Order: sequence, then structure tokens, then C-alpha cells
Amino acid sequence: MNLNELTAHEILDLIKDGKTNPADVYLSVVNAVKEKDPHVKAYVRTCHDNPDLASAKTNAAFPIPTTNKDNICINGNETTCSSKILTGFKPPYDATVIKKLKSAGATFVGNANMDEFAFGSSTENSCFGPSRNPWNLNCVPGGSSGGSAAAVASHQTIWALGSDTGGSIRQPASFCGVVGVKPTYGRVSRYGLIAFASSLDQIGPITKDVTDAALLLNIISGYDEMDSTSINRPVPDYTKALTGDVKGLRIGIPKEFFIKGLDPEVKKSIEDAIEVLKGKGATFKEVSLPHSEYSVATYYILATAEASSNLARFDGVRFGLRKQPNTLRKSPIVDMFEETRDIGFGPETKRRIMLGTYSLSSGYYDAYYLRAQKVRTLIKSDFDKVFTECDAILGPTAPTTAFKIGEKSDDPLSMYLSDIYTIAVNLAGIPAMSLPCGFSKAGLPIGLQIICKNFGEETMLRIAHAYEQATDWHKRKASAV
Amino acid sequence: MITKKDVEYIAGLARIHLTEVEIEKLTTNLGGILGYVEQLKKLDVTNVEPTSHALPVQNVFRPDIVKPSLTQDEALRIAPQKHDGAFKVPQVIE
Repeated sequence: MNLNELTAHEILDLIKDGKTNPADVYLSVVNAVKEKDPHVKAYVRTCHDNPDLASAKTNAAFPIPTTNKDNICINGNETTCSSKILTGFKPPYDATVIKKLKSAGATFVGNANMDEFAFGSSTENSCFGPSRNPWNLNCVPGGSSGGSAAAVASHQTIWALGSDTGGSIRQPASFCGVVGVKPTYGRVSRYGLIAFASSLDQIGPITKDVTDAALLLNIISGYDEMDSTSINRPVPDYTKALTGDVKGLRIGIPKEFFIKGLDPEVKKSIEDAIEVLKGKGATFKEVSLPHSEYSVATYYILATAEASSNLARFDGVRFGLRKQPNTLRKSPIVDMFEETRDIGFGPETKRRIMLGTYSLSSGYYDAYYLRAQKVRTLIKSDFDKVFTECDAILGPTAPTTAFKIGEKSDDPLSMYLSDIYTIAVNLAGIPAMSLPCGFSKAGLPIGLQIICKNFGEETMLRIAHAYEQATDWHKRKASAV
Repeated sequence: MITKKDVEYIAGLARIHLTEVEIEKLTTNLGGILGYVEQLKKLDVTNVEPTSHALPVQNVFRPDIVKPSLTQDEALRIAPQKHDGAFKVPQVIE
């Protein structure tokens, strides 16, 4: 038995029974990283030589090797958002989720690769180069939390953190055949998460099964006075929601999710999943989210506007990279800002900062930014309406399985459209998750998305768990490594 | 339609020095994306309130009590350049 291939709850049971110990589990993960990561490239940095992060305390409740996304701060541990501009940045504090994981007794394996500043759906926009899909090394693992999902799928960790602004946890989870949860906005503190779009960002678990997602969500959720958007509301024990009972739950199928662009193999798997849940007593009805076709356009105005403002802090003054040009162009300080940002940011980051700056600039604000905020209201009301008659919404996570590396990298718009089913959820603030529900003929995983109303994580996890109990997709092992 | 001149102006606002090649490419890219975004103009949004935040949380304050925070040393440890307990920057005032 390879310990690294187990789930966290299996490991905790073995430790309790005295059949293994945290040090052996950690070692098995480190060995897997040494063997597999040269092929998968899930990690940008490991931290197993740092005893503070690598060794579990005696009698820790959750001594589980954890993979961190490269945009979440761990005190003293280099964190770069896969961007050149943060080269050498060692945060002087822990993110709240890290503090919580440390007090639960977790250990850390390393920081996972991502699209620079989480701008992307494939990890190809990383200054370290792309990660690879453990089911087919020529394919992307999805993104932006592609390194986290690839690490979990190739058993180079037990579980991982991701962040989701428009699908960045769910889409890579779908592409890599693992479980990914985007919690309700405000459920998990964003303190110490390097901001992309503050009104949309949320940290969440990427795990091997639904039980682990519930366990990790238990650890990281909760009110935090360091995040003014965090919601002060008790955290239930999410594992208690995993009863297997979905009898009588009303699930909506949005007709807009099944239009052109949806791969027939993905469609078939979702239809099969519906049959499985029907067999367990859930009821289904067709619903409508009439404004969902506008969500990608709305998102790319709002998210880039917020990003252009959040990324203004990377100017070479207080941390990270600084480049002082030799020749004077505008003024010594402005030249320093502009050169630092030119060599520090990659092409997609520049594109998004430029788009965001444009839509916020004088003369365009009303036509783009304000209008998009109004459409956001319409998108949100669509969900509110459906949740008056449904307990959950179900559909595909992504329109296709993992695409080839390089296939969409020259066409930003077609890349953006791979998030078409996930983006509206972030605009509405509601929770959603992806879990494995099948494979294409080519052997690539397919993800099922479950969406619930605000703070509906328990219902969402219950449905996911009931489905998982009836299937064995989550037990398949990635075949390419 | 976004022009090369617009892109140069926006780059100035965004404090990014772009090369000629980057300006050309961004003009095409941004034009394409803005073309796609045009679809939002089809919707009637009169009397629709804008949403800036998904959940109704407003005016979050904490008691005005001093708590431990980063020391000057900790904050400066990661500075690209420092001098006399401050971040050092290029000349700002002529």
C-alpha cells in the first residue's frame, strides 16, 4: 500500500489504529514528488527541507501533508503567484487558512503552480511554464489551480488548497478527476490570499473524495476579523452532512447549460449522473438561468477591473522585483514603476490589467464597468429565483475535457469560454463544487458541478457524497504517471 | 474600436512600459475582447441596481484598539531597497 495514494480520512484512521504515523505519510508524499513531479510539474517550490513546515507535532489532530497554492501566504515561505514580479517574496505572516491548518496540525509539501496571479484556465500563464495533466501529459491540468489539482490527482500530496475567482478550483478539479469546492463568498477568510478580484475570490479544498473536502472545509472555514468580507456565522461539521440521503431533494437542470459548445461525451456523463441521483430519490426539473450567457462578458469586465486595482501594489517599492532602467524616459520613479511592471508581468497579466484599466477609465466607466455590475445583479437574481423552487442546481463543470497544451494559448477569448459554466457562480457569491462523474473515450476525466444557495454547503456535499457512494470514478488512478 | 493610441494611453495609466510589438498585439487582443463584451449592451438595465458585492455586508468596523502588527524590521526585511528604516525609492521631486 502506498500511503501517498490514500485520502486524509483513511490516513487518520490508520494513525488512530497505530498502523502508520505522520512522518511515514509525509515521506511517502515526498518520494512521490521526487518520482512524479519531473513529469507533472505540479509544484513551483517544495518545502520538505523546512522542519517547521514538514514535521507534524505529536498528537496533532490532522497531521496531513497539504499542498498550498502559490498565492496563499505562509510566513517566511517564498510565495510568488507564479509571477516574476514576486521573485523572492517571503511573506512576513501566515494567511488565516494557513494559521488554521497549522493549528489543526497539518504539514506542508510545497506551493503548487498556477496561472500567473490566477489569470487563466490552464496554468500555461505561469512564469515557470505549464503543469501537465496526470491523465495525459500532453494536456493541461486546467487552471488556475492546475498545480494543486494535478498534485492531488497524481498523489503527490494528500490534499490541497486552491482559490476560485471564476472556476479556478472547479475547472482543474474537473480536468484532473478530483473533487474541488468553491465555498460561499465569505465562508473562508481571504486574509493572506494575494488578491485577484476581491469581490469574487474564495479559497477552497481540492481533494481525492467528498469526505476529505468536508474535512478540509471544516478546518479552513469561519469568521475572521482580518477579512472584512468574512461572514460571522457558525461553521457546522460538514462531515455530518454526508448521510447518503438525497430522497426528496429538488434539483434543477438549467437548460442554458446544455447548448452548443457542450461536448457530447460530457453531456452523456452528466445525463448518467442525473439517473444515478434519481435512483437515490432526488427529483429533477428543468430550470432557466436566462442571463447566464452574459456571465463571461460580465466577469471579464468586473474581474479585470478589480485586478487592475489590486495589482497596482506591485510597483517595485515595498517587495518583490525592482528594475531601474539606465536611461531616463519620464522620471526616475515612474520609469522604475513602468520597467518593473513590464519585465515582472507576463502577457495575460498585462492584458487583464490593461482591460481593467480601460473599463475603469474616464469616459468608459458607465458603458462597461457600471453596466457589468448591473448585469451581475440580473445573473444573481436568476439563481435566487431558481433556489425558491430547488435545493440545488446540477450540470457540467466545463464544456469539454482537458484540452491540449498550446491549443488555446493564442486565443484569450476561447480560453475564457472554458469557464462558461463556473463563472456565474462567483458573480452570485454562491457555493459550488466539481466531482468526477466519468471519463471520455480518450481517458480524460469529466466533472459534475453541483451549485447551491448561499451557505448551502451541507446540501451540496450531501448530494456529492451520495453520488460518490454510488460510483467509483473517484477511485481510478491517473494513468500517465 | 480601440486604437494603438488608446492602448498607449491606458498603458500609461496602468504604469506599464510596453514595447511596440506588445502594443500592436494588445490592440488586436483588447479589440477582440471588447467586441465580445459589446453583447452586454443588448440588455435593458434601466432600474437595475448595480452589484459590487455578492453578500449584503456593509460598514464593517472593529474596535479602535491597537493590536500587535508587523514591526518596522519585519516590514522592511523584504524591501527591494531600504535606507534608515524606510523604503528607498528613486528621486520623486526634482
